[in-house]
Amino acid sequence: MSALRALLVAATALGLGATAMAEDKPNPPADAKAFQDYFVKKFPKVAFDDFVNGPYSMNADMRRQWEEKEQFPPYEFALEAGKEMFAKPFKNGKTYADCFPNGGIGIRQNYPYFDDKEGKVVTLELALNRCREANGEQPYSYVKDEMASLTAYMAYTSRGKRFDIRIPDDPRALEAYEKGKEYFYTRRGQLNFSCASCHVQSPGERIRAEILAPALGILNAMPIYRSEWSGMGTISRRIVTCNSQTRAVPLEPQSDEYRNLEYYLSYVSNGLPVSGPGARP
Amino acid sequence: MRHFPRHFPRHVSTTNVMKKIVFATMVATVCAGSARAASEADYLAAAAAAESANKEAGRLRNQWTVTQAALNAAKKAAESGNFDSAVKSAQEAEALAKASIVQATSEMQRWKDLEIR
Repeated sequence: MSALRALLVAATALGLGATAMAEDKPNPPADAKAFQDYFVKKFPKVAFDDFVNGPYSMNADMRRQWEEKEQFPPYEFALEAGKEMFAKPFKNGKTYADCFPNGGIGIRQNYPYFDDKEGKVVTLELALNRCREANGEQPYSYVKDEMASLTAYMAYTSRGKRFDIRIPDDPRALEAYEKGKEYFYTRRGQLNFSCASCHVQSPGERIRAEILAPALGILNAMPIYRSEWSGMGTISRRIVTCNSQTRAVPLEPQSDEYRNLEYYLSYVSNGLPVSGPGARP
Repeated sequence: MRHFPRHFPRHVSTTNVMKKIVFATMVATVCAGSARAASEADYLAAAAAAESANKEAGRLRNQWTVTQAALNAAKKAAESGNFDSAVKSAQEAEALAKASIVQATSEMQRWKDLEIR
């Protein structure tokens, strides 16, 4: 009798173990579905594509102000500058178009991607600087105007195209995705906030004077003109600033952690259109 | 014949305990009043402990801005010769750095609790 009981206990334990293992096995498509379903259920009045408009999708007053501002959008100067910079040849005569598929036009929705040669995630900002360096130019700061202008132009040529981030059949790509997810949900800084604390648990709520944007589609609007910054900001600048605001020491822009975070956050927003460059309060 | 608890004879021990408390309080008061001012060596030891903890937080990629701010305040106080304040700030920095280490290590598992599934 006791032998039978022991057998039953062992079988149950094995069953529970197998279930736990199945739950822990990385499954990006299931993650993306759960992620998107969460926001759709939380904000049933917000149209799916409207999540890319961040706080404007969930506050009528802000939306009216934004729609008026879009008549003369504050990112227009950056857009024009980016267009010129993109076309201007490097000293060796080549241009950015030589570094990218389709001459760099209408490709924003495919970034970041996993580079199997390097074994790491490559973001658009990183690819732009690598293009510069490969052509004998100095890299731009990841948090300043030049990079924001270039990515603004590239995003603009991709407006309306839906995010299509791929995770190739490569364990390193899956690992990068998982690490990005871990970073997104990990609390940091003296305030003990994770990215999710604001952008999953509290979108639509105020934090001081600001209305928090949902994580779903948050990168589709990048880069952004922020009134708070009185200027343009890249994805790198946004992440670095978020870290500082929680009183965490930011990592270096385009560190592996930030690249992985961008990979995860972009993947779970697959299917949403590019709306960048954007404007935010 | 009166009986008292074996280890705690009330009429005797109450007086003795009171005497000890009064004596201890007096000693503590005198010691506190005459506590020596912190020295540069005290500051250097406290700062080294804080730097070491903050370095470990850096290894875990989880330093806090307030830790460095407290270390800077300690250095500034030490440079002006205020070693009491310098030690206090350095000790605060160490406590903050240790808290960031606890956060980093506990979050290695706890982040999963927040995940949308």
